[in-house]
Amino acid sequence: MKDVRVQLEAFDPGVELARLEALDVGAVASFTGLVRGDGGLAAMTLEHYPAMTDAALRAISNEAAARWPLAGLIIIHRYGRLVPGDRIVFVGTASSHRAAALESCAFLIDWLKTDAPFWKREEWADGAARWVEARSEDDSAKARWR
Amino acid sequence: MAIDLLYFAWVRESVGRDGETVDPPAHIVTLGDLLDWLAASSQSHANAFADRARLRAAIDQRFVPLNTPIAGAREIAVFPPVTGG
Repeated sequence: MKDVRVQLEAFDPGVELARLEALDVGAVASFTGLVRGDGGLAAMTLEHYPAMTDAALRAISNEAAARWPLAGLIIIHRYGRLVPGDRIVFVGTASSHRAAALESCAFLIDWLKTDAPFWKREEWADGAARWVEARSEDDSAKARWR
Repeated sequence: MAIDLLYFAWVRESVGRDGETVDPPAHIVTLGDLLDWLAASSQSHANAFADRARLRAAIDQRFVPLNTPIAGAREIAVFPPVTGG
């Protein structure tokens, strides 16, 4: 089972985990990314490149499926305006091996950071706005999977 | 040949539009040449493309370096390094 979605709407990690558990293969791992409210952040708007995003997420999921024996893989990435506490991204994997589930989940989130065409714009309580800069740690996090 | 250009994030804000269609002359070979040519066309393009180290690009929805030839490209996107996840 492979399910890759880019959507405006909120998602429920519980529902997605239940779908992975229903595959009945023994190991389910997941990551949920949320908007942090620290430092006075009021909102975050995620912009993306629709014509490219689907293809990029599919390529990332195919790479994970080629590297690990996965029974299930779910990627959900939201776009639009989100506020602190909102969920941004969900990655879930199911496998008969716990290492495969855990490692592929970490791989997917690292690759999403560097290979999916999304950009985050932060709005602060004092009215300031700025585009989030890419971090070199994200490139090194991806590089460890080479 | 006409190429559709797309701009995202602060590149879009800096250029002042989300895209345009251009027909560059034959001596424009690479993506970098294309950015030089666009930068000469207006101050807003020049500002947006001033620091090449902060720019990334895709040709027909695939990430490519700025020294990539643009021959045959239908859609070229210019944007900052991605920050999803």
